Amino acid sequence: MAIVRGKQARWRVFAAHAVLWIFLALTLFPLLAIVSISLRPGNFATGHIIPTEISLEHWKLALGLPYQASDGSLVQPPFPVLTWLWNSIKVATLSAFLIVAISTTAAYAFARLKFRFQTPILNSMLLLQMFPPVLALVAIYAIFETIGSYVPAFGLETHAGLVMAYLGGVATHIWTIKGYFETIPVEIEECAKVDGATHWQAFSRVLLPMAVPILMVVFVLAFIGTIIEYPVASVLLREEGNLTLAVGSKYFLHDQRFLWGDFAAAAVLSGLPITLVFLLAQRWIVSGLTAGGVKG
Amino acid sequence: MSVALLLRLLLPAAVLGLLYALMGVYASGQTLLAAMLLAVGALAIWTYSSPRTGALRYLFPGVAAALVFVVFPMLYTFGLGFSNYSARNLLDFERARAYLLEERIREQGSEREFSLHREGDGLRLLLTGAAGELLTPRFRPDAEHPQDLPLVAAGETLAAPLAMAERVALLPALRALRLRDAAGQVYTLSSLRELAQSRPLYVEAADGALTDQLSGTRYQPDAGEGFYTSASGEQLQPGYRVNVGWRHYARVFTEPRFRAPFLSVFVWTAVFAGMTVLLTTALGLLLAVLLNWEDLRYRTTYRTLLFLPYAVPGFISILVFKGLFNQNFGEINAILDALIGVKPAWFADPLLAKIMLLIVNVWLGYPYIMILCTGLLKAIPSDLYEASAIVGAGPLTNFFKITAPLVIKPLAPLLVSAFAFNFNNFVLIALLTDGRPDFLSTKIPAGQTDILVSYTYRIAFKDSGSDFGLAAAISTLIFFLVAAMSLINLRLMRKTQQ
Repeated sequence: MAIVRGKQARWRVFAAHAVLWIFLALTLFPLLAIVSISLRPGNFATGHIIPTEISLEHWKLALGLPYQASDGSLVQPPFPVLTWLWNSIKVATLSAFLIVAISTTAAYAFARLKFRFQTPILNSMLLLQMFPPVLALVAIYAIFETIGSYVPAFGLETHAGLVMAYLGGVATHIWTIKGYFETIPVEIEECAKVDGATHWQAFSRVLLPMAVPILMVVFVLAFIGTIIEYPVASVLLREEGNLTLAVGSKYFLHDQRFLWGDFAAAAVLSGLPITLVFLLAQRWIVSGLTAGGVKG
Repeated sequence: MSVALLLRLLLPAAVLGLLYALMGVYASGQTLLAAMLLAVGALAIWTYSSPRTGALRYLFPGVAAALVFVVFPMLYTFGLGFSNYSARNLLDFERARAYLLEERIREQGSEREFSLHREGDGLRLLLTGAAGELLTPRFRPDAEHPQDLPLVAAGETLAAPLAMAERVALLPALRALRLRDAAGQVYTLSSLRELAQSRPLYVEAADGALTDQLSGTRYQPDAGEGFYTSASGEQLQPGYRVNVGWRHYARVFTEPRFRAPFLSVFVWTAVFAGMTVLLTTALGLLLAVLLNWEDLRYRTTYRTLLFLPYAVPGFISILVFKGLFNQNFGEINAILDALIGVKPAWFADPLLAKIMLLIVNVWLGYPYIMILCTGLLKAIPSDLYEASAIVGAGPLTNFFKITAPLVIKPLAPLLVSAFAFNFNNFVLIALLTDGRPDFLSTKIPAGQTDILVSYTYRIAFKDSGSDFGLAAAISTLIFFLVAAMSLINLRLMRKTQQ
């Protein structure tokens, strides 16, 4: 823009930087504080935000190793953090994989095939997504209790059941993949069909290899979406060894047993990888966020 | 072709399997579940066996998942809202009746000592006493399934009796035994050393009423309440599930002791969601405008750092705040204490707890609005600003006359979605305050910071009583509120597109 700037402009820039710095300090304080707390000895505030001595006791406990306290007693890890992390990763990987499989085929139908009620089906699936599962928790609990009495492997307290419960939320992913499929020229598949390929072959041998980037994005999105899910997991899983990280973490901060330092180490340990994945996938997440509302 | 052949072979097996599963579910009284299973199962079999279902073959898994795990739980919730399903009315009628008919009373003075003897891979039980010894056939101890065994006169030689410690280990299996002698008297375990004759506590009359054999009271099944009830109003536990019609809804809207906390929870839910949207929008838009200013350097770095709160998993950052705000051990109070000498009770004071929730939620939510606004700002043509610069307008005029009006319109439907999301922001409440501090003197526990969904969760899963029916009824009400918000959303979206 060719706009003439007054003398005030330099002061304005300076003020803007100052405001941003103060705001950033306030915003990032919790994140920096938690790292410092995880390295601080003991579970109580010592009056210093920057630790005066570094102690790895909380990290040892978070990694499942016992820790020798200064009075010589051996402190056992309070909670199986690594088991929870493993549970979370297992459930999230499986769910994300199945979600990608289900939504890819559906997206293919919506993008390439013609059938009756095409738009109404897609719209009603997107509309259903407005109702969060937390509203139907009682029903979800009752359903899995019933399923468990016939097929115990999919009942309450099972990870397979939890993965099943997560499969309902596929509409937004179908929408994302459908959008990508529509950017790929349909002529390539038509050529394959001229050479005698069936629908399925055109889909699995021609279209899918070209759509790998979007499938990876949806995988990451679904992975993050399930790894941070709390309500459904908290209803279906109750036993300590069975919990996912999202459900288990809160037990560190019980009113009567406030394990602040231990929690900090566990939080950094589990939060950092998820945050990094999220930041890497940020570009697509943001475009996914705006796709529904702005483009319509 | 081989795939088609395989499918044709699998078809009868799939049909049989579905029918078998249906029989079992239907027989257990879960009519709704059976209907769902029938619909999805039949659709699956038709989809993959009929040659005329091209597109549906690709669609089926996604549609089925949405039907089973989104639509069905919704319908099931509506249904549960009309039932008295709760911790006291957990079983269906048949199971509750069977449970009551199983209850037995011991005949005083009929106790007889017993011993256990190993034989092969099983056990035999020997009743001793003055009236002669009685012996069971060989049985395998099984705590899961009740066993009926006849008693016959003893005369065989048996192995040495088991020691007491082994007997203790077998207790659960021994409790499941019912021994019947030649006269038809039934013996069950009465203590570690003794068995005793017992008879049913309740005898069922032809009209279905149960008569208590000790007191003689008659208990009539009450299909309206879901309990066996005596003339004086005494109820037998456990109750059973029945349809109670609109009772839960009537309770929410008319019962004063219930309505008062429900209303304040509702008002707080709306205030919480509204304030969150207002504050995050103000902050997010401000930051987006600031970062859109070309004179400012390091804008990308700022944007990435400001985005961080959104990238950290919610369950971790909320719990971090829970620790930081802790009244005695938290860093925030440590800083406040050092600076101005106050230690606010963030979790015990209702107003402070609400303020804390808003602070945390704004921290969690502003990056989303900021990113949305950044995108929308890019779409504003720059000649508008050039024109305003020519007439000498300042940045404030630019913001209120050009930027804000152009951004708000496409932003509106997204803000309604954000309102709906925060209206049901269960995770924040559950992890940060858990609804506390509680209201005093309410009939059903309710918290000052509870929003409708966390209140529902509490009724269903937290406090004793587990009133699933009432929770489902409130959930149904929330469903309709969310549906109304979705409608508004669609209207706004259509307006934007025009």
